[in-house]
Amino acid sequence: MIPYGAIISSYLVAAVLFILSLGGLSTQKTARRGNLYGIIGMALAVAATTMLILGKVQFPEGLGENFSGVLLNDSSTSSVFAMVIGLGALIGAILAARVGMTSMPELVAILHSFVGLAAVLVGISTYMGSGISVPVGGELVHNIEIYLDVFIGAITFTGSILAFLKLRGSVSGKPLTLPGRHLLNLLMVGACIYLAFEFVTADGHTAVQPLLWMTLIACVIGFHMVAAIGGADMPVVVSMLNSYSGWAAAAAGFMLKNDLLIVTGALVGSSGAILSYIMCRAMNRSFISVILGGFGTDGGGGGGSTSSQDQGEVTSCDVEETVEAMRDATDIIIIPGYGMAVAQAQHSLSQVVDFLKEKGKTVRFGIHPVAGRLPGHMNVLLAEANVDYNLVLEMDEINDDFPATDLVLVIGANDIVNPDALEDPNSPIAGMPVLEVWKSEMVVVMKRSMGTGYAGVQNPLFFKDNTRMLFGDAKVVVDQLLTGLRSS
Amino acid sequence: MKIGVPQEVWPGECRVAASPANVKRLGKMGFSVLVESGAGAAASFDDETYRQAGAEVLDGAAALWEQSDIVIKVRAPMKNPETGVDEADLLREGGTLISFIWPGQEEELVKKLATRKATVLAMDCVPRISRAQKLDALSSMANIAGYRAVLEAAHHFGSFFTGQMTAAGKVPPAKVLVVGAGVAGLAAIGAAKGLGAIVRAFDTRPAVEEQVQSMGAEFLTVKIEEDGTGSGGYAKQMSQAFIDAEHALFEELAQDIDIIITTALIPGRPAPLLITEQAVKNMKPGSVIVDLAAERGGNTAGAVADQVVESHGVKIIGYTDLPSRMAKVSSNLYGNNICHLLDDMGGAENYKVDEADEVVRGTLVLNGGEMKWPAPVKKLAEETKQPEAVPGNLVAAAASIEKKDRGPLVLLLIGLALIAVGWSGDTGFLHQVTVFVLSCFIGYQVIWNVSASLHTPLMSVTNAISGIIIVGGMLQLGGPLDSPATILGVIAVFFATINIAGGFLVTQRMLKMFQG
Repeated sequence: MIPYGAIISSYLVAAVLFILSLGGLSTQKTARRGNLYGIIGMALAVAATTMLILGKVQFPEGLGENFSGVLLNDSSTSSVFAMVIGLGALIGAILAARVGMTSMPELVAILHSFVGLAAVLVGISTYMGSGISVPVGGELVHNIEIYLDVFIGAITFTGSILAFLKLRGSVSGKPLTLPGRHLLNLLMVGACIYLAFEFVTADGHTAVQPLLWMTLIACVIGFHMVAAIGGADMPVVVSMLNSYSGWAAAAAGFMLKNDLLIVTGALVGSSGAILSYIMCRAMNRSFISVILGGFGTDGGGGGGSTSSQDQGEVTSCDVEETVEAMRDATDIIIIPGYGMAVAQAQHSLSQVVDFLKEKGKTVRFGIHPVAGRLPGHMNVLLAEANVDYNLVLEMDEINDDFPATDLVLVIGANDIVNPDALEDPNSPIAGMPVLEVWKSEMVVVMKRSMGTGYAGVQNPLFFKDNTRMLFGDAKVVVDQLLTGLRSS
Repeated sequence: MKIGVPQEVWPGECRVAASPANVKRLGKMGFSVLVESGAGAAASFDDETYRQAGAEVLDGAAALWEQSDIVIKVRAPMKNPETGVDEADLLREGGTLISFIWPGQEEELVKKLATRKATVLAMDCVPRISRAQKLDALSSMANIAGYRAVLEAAHHFGSFFTGQMTAAGKVPPAKVLVVGAGVAGLAAIGAAKGLGAIVRAFDTRPAVEEQVQSMGAEFLTVKIEEDGTGSGGYAKQMSQAFIDAEHALFEELAQDIDIIITTALIPGRPAPLLITEQAVKNMKPGSVIVDLAAERGGNTAGAVADQVVESHGVKIIGYTDLPSRMAKVSSNLYGNNICHLLDDMGGAENYKVDEADEVVRGTLVLNGGEMKWPAPVKKLAEETKQPEAVPGNLVAAAASIEKKDRGPLVLLLIGLALIAVGWSGDTGFLHQVTVFVLSCFIGYQVIWNVSASLHTPLMSVTNAISGIIIVGGMLQLGGPLDSPATILGVIAVFFATINIAGGFLVTQRMLKMFQG
């Protein structure tokens, strides 16, 4: 038998390990140790809870009855439990091993939906079961906690599923803007509040129906909310859902009187919130306007009209000329975007960089915070391709260096290098900090076509005198560049 | 279509309107190019090189002008001082001429060309909009002139530019003052800086301060509130008070300066006098002044066009042919400007004088003999904003709008809400709130320290640890196995486990790559 105090302290140690785990991510060197702390913390928490439900815990006087409901009464439950854990771990491991680094955003999104789903299930189950004893007079608070947990969980669940589908491309990234969609959302939230009233005032545990209705409505809210948000805002959406999954866990912690869940949920929740904030700041948009959605529909036609005409012509160039320019340059900066991820060009690009560095050139990468579909997505892709992370700089670190740069290669990026963000106050992306590539000697933009980016805004960069367009699939073009460089 | 490149007839002009590289490019655009024999000789391009680039080399100007649909030149057409033939008469009826024209000053010439039904595009009238920068010949020539001005000054200056500490003794660095930080001024700053001099630059337009500083020079201006930015990015004429202050400033500076390079021009006016006789007197003997405005009267008292004069021991250089002194590069860049213009006009196949095109319209002086100059200026005003200066202000303005600080109010509300909860007396709940709030603060502190490059691993690791919801699921397994509560609990445990395993393992995989 284990004293109950040991369980409590195991939870404390697990919570501390989770904090250290996130703290470890402050540098690349300590990051792996951080992940290890996380794993140990999780193992400890699961082990302690297993001891608890298997009845191997010695409770102090009078506390035992509180936990009588969580003990495994049915002997077959424990084998089902073991089986489910094994199966889940296996599926998780396969997912983690199989996923390509370019599809990280999808994996992250689908994992969020699992947390949301689990929170919903735990919430409903708590209400229907009798696992947790509630002190007399605490029913109201307890019911509100359950209700909130299910509400947040349901939004996270369907929102993440839709985000997953959008990121996979199964569903168009275009924002869905129903007429009166804000009113619709308000109505749904109103309905949830009404149902909440029904729910908490019901006697005993009889109000399952309002709870289920609310779950359904919250599912629709989550779905509708993400549907209205355009593809360019995906980094914000994914971070936001990350945050929600944390708050859902924290709400579950309140509901189950479990401090570990509260601590962990709060950590994850604030992490996601900060990431959302960073992403919003990187696009100079307020969080509210992102959530309200609808961005990326009326771009070029309406707002940016002054500059969308009279742009002049683009100057295109071929692989040969680009190779020439790369050979002449001594200081090169590469700006990767989502196009590089889609084309899987990072490995070829890494070889190009190695070749150029061998020739004694300075080659660096400039990463915009919202490049790709996930915070830090580009860094992961470049790391996968063995690019030294010391060469990979953030926007703020590299933006002052462009005037002294001979050549900038923009690979599959658009909005993050759009000078209109700074120069045209009417542009839909006005005020968004961008990589000021046009200040360099020469810019080569590799792109599939002249299409606009996710923001739907025309990019005057393409029409600048020192810009050359190199059309084609990023992977094919980069391979050709590599062949060109080697053959000369 | 045939493009003709005649030899320039202005005495001492070394440039030619197209280098062999330009000829090659014109060929790619579909034009066939005729070059007068010896046209590029003074710019070190021989006839053979032109032939290799695909041009046909013709003897004699008359034949060339006769056969060409478009004639491209550097200097405006003039009477050949050797043969007495006027180039304007050589242009065939209805032909096209692209060249420097200066229609404002050369009214006679324009009239003459009009009688020949000529289409004339003036390279000096290219509108100053960002799209037209690639064909702005004034800028490309000014750049060369600024560079060359420094070299001419160095040639006449009796000392080093860079400071030296030698065994024989110490030599201080030369002090250079550049007046007017336009294209030529900035090029001069760059060249002088490159030679190691200490460079200061003066301009009446505050917006160029940043450009001057980016070239490594110290920016000077007069402390009178007056913005000298005129239309088209050029300077405008200033008030008398301002001019007096300028003179005083230069007279004072002159005592300490070794080399002055003046580049100040106001469109359509004689060059302003900036360096007074007194300022020249104040300079040390052996100092050098290069006056790039000498052709229009000069910025310096005593400057004479095309000559080097000495005044109070100071050499004043008034060369007006600085680009021609670097004929190889200036021909090539000028030719590039023309190639860009012809490219904009549709190349050989779609060649068209499109008056709807703002750039072509601005450049056009005569269209089939019809007077088109000056072009209406309606759109120019919009484009004159200084692209360097505006964005900063905009961003600052945008930021100040965004940052309405609601922090204290929010904190107060949260505090009140907490106290209200405390009033209700549920201490167990309060304990949880304490844990929650403190955790949020810890999370806030910890997450801000996470490196931006690790944001994706951060998301996957938080994903994994939010799988802690598994504990919640496990606590629901107490009932009979077939009760709804237990079934839901089992499913929750299942999904949470996927999350934990998947999240941690994929993080591990990613972080391994970062180590590599």
